[in-house]
Amino acid sequence: MSSVLYDVPGPKARRISLIASIAGAVLILGLVAWIVMILAQQGIFEGRRWQIFTRADVWRLLGNGLGATLSAAALAAVIAFPLGLALCLFRIADSPIIRIPVRVVLEFLRGMPVVLMMLFVLLGFGTSPFIAVVTGLVLYNAAVFAEIIRAGISSLPKGQREAGLAIGLTSYRSRMLIELPQAIRRMMPSLVAQMVVLLKDTSLGYIVAYGELLRAVQVMADFLGNAFLFPVFFVAAAIYIAINILVSRLAVWIERRGSKKAAGGTAKAEPAAVEAGAP
Amino acid sequence: MDVIIENLPLYWEGFLRTLFLSAVSGVIALVLGTLLAAARVSPVAALRGFSTVYVEVLRNTPLTIAFFFAAIVLPRLGVKFEQFEIAAIIALSTYTAAFIAEAVRSGVNSVPVGQAEAARSIGMGFGQVLSLIILPQALRTVIPPLINILIALVKNSSVAGAFFVLELFGYGRQLANANGDAVITVLLGTAFFYLLLTVPLGILASTVERKVAIAR
Repeated sequence: MSSVLYDVPGPKARRISLIASIAGAVLILGLVAWIVMILAQQGIFEGRRWQIFTRADVWRLLGNGLGATLSAAALAAVIAFPLGLALCLFRIADSPIIRIPVRVVLEFLRGMPVVLMMLFVLLGFGTSPFIAVVTGLVLYNAAVFAEIIRAGISSLPKGQREAGLAIGLTSYRSRMLIELPQAIRRMMPSLVAQMVVLLKDTSLGYIVAYGELLRAVQVMADFLGNAFLFPVFFVAAAIYIAINILVSRLAVWIERRGSKKAAGGTAKAEPAAVEAGAP
Repeated sequence: MDVIIENLPLYWEGFLRTLFLSAVSGVIALVLGTLLAAARVSPVAALRGFSTVYVEVLRNTPLTIAFFFAAIVLPRLGVKFEQFEIAAIIALSTYTAAFIAEAVRSGVNSVPVGQAEAARSIGMGFGQVLSLIILPQALRTVIPPLINILIALVKNSSVAGAFFVLELFGYGRQLANANGDAVITVLLGTAFFYLLLTVPLGILASTVERKVAIAR
């Protein structure tokens, strides 16, 4: 699409574009150089500040933090997905006695900050930080998964459900055997994108004193001294971002693969998909 | 219940600060995000590259890391803030801008190709095509996702409460620590004020969505 926005550049436009590119690159490099200079003035690049990474215990602490992050994310994802599926089925149930309360609960969960839920569980029920983090993540993400799957089901052609009912399936079996498999496949990119959000949100555990990666950084900075805050933070942030980019790439890959398979059929994911990408 | 009524002024102050943080960061993020989206589709390779890298990195950065950087790492590198609100606004707006850029870009892609072709065929340059023809249509179609991003922004502003800014979450935490016997009430009160912002925005989003869907 982007190339439709402008004419194929001629020699003059190409030259201008090249000059603009170089100027932009110089500007960005200048900015980077300026930042590096400020950092150097602070003594960030002194060898001794980075030498801590030769110590095994630093890596062990970082590794423990990463392990805590990943285990909270994995457990939360494993619980949140089936729960979201169940909530989705209740949300679209035929009986309003089930549908309406579930809808209210979902709105409530989706409208609250995750960190508030974590604090609520932590202080309100006096649990360990790990349980607080996982519960907060499960409650929020189950609600989001429910909405994504619902959007997937409502994007299916009506005939799917009608055909299911016509061959004598009950409403529940039609949902389970006909609609859900298609809906989940259609919404796979959104679901994986939401997994990235879940993984990112484990960092909120920092606020409720869960010993995840960022907390490990803080602990090390307190322990080793402020001089080491920047190097440790830099490495931890790089780890976090690298993992998230990997999972995001996975989402893109799944999306490509999916759209190749279901010729002409994949939902050019409806609004909910965009919403799922929301932070 | 008494706890909430007694501390209503604090809740109100926190509510206003949450509103302020969200509004300021929202406006900055909208402008920055639109500029990034424009850079992403521009003919200049350096701009495209910069925008792509920015969006990719910021979208995959946990918000807490962004806050940690702005509120704790930056001051130790010599960037001092008078108030921590500024750090919070920097973290929130740079983070949210990446999501807005992606939404706007998907809007640009949803505008029929003929629109841009028609504009070019009557001799418009890239700037004119984008600002006069494509963006007005693109922004209109992405209003619902943009509102959803703003809802997320309101909720995300709660992270500021953990980084020295006394907004709704910050006050909620303080009150919860001060009133050990009424923690659940206090936090439900905080939740109520968040819902006061997010639920109306959510209703607005679905209303606009329905309207746009009919208009198309």
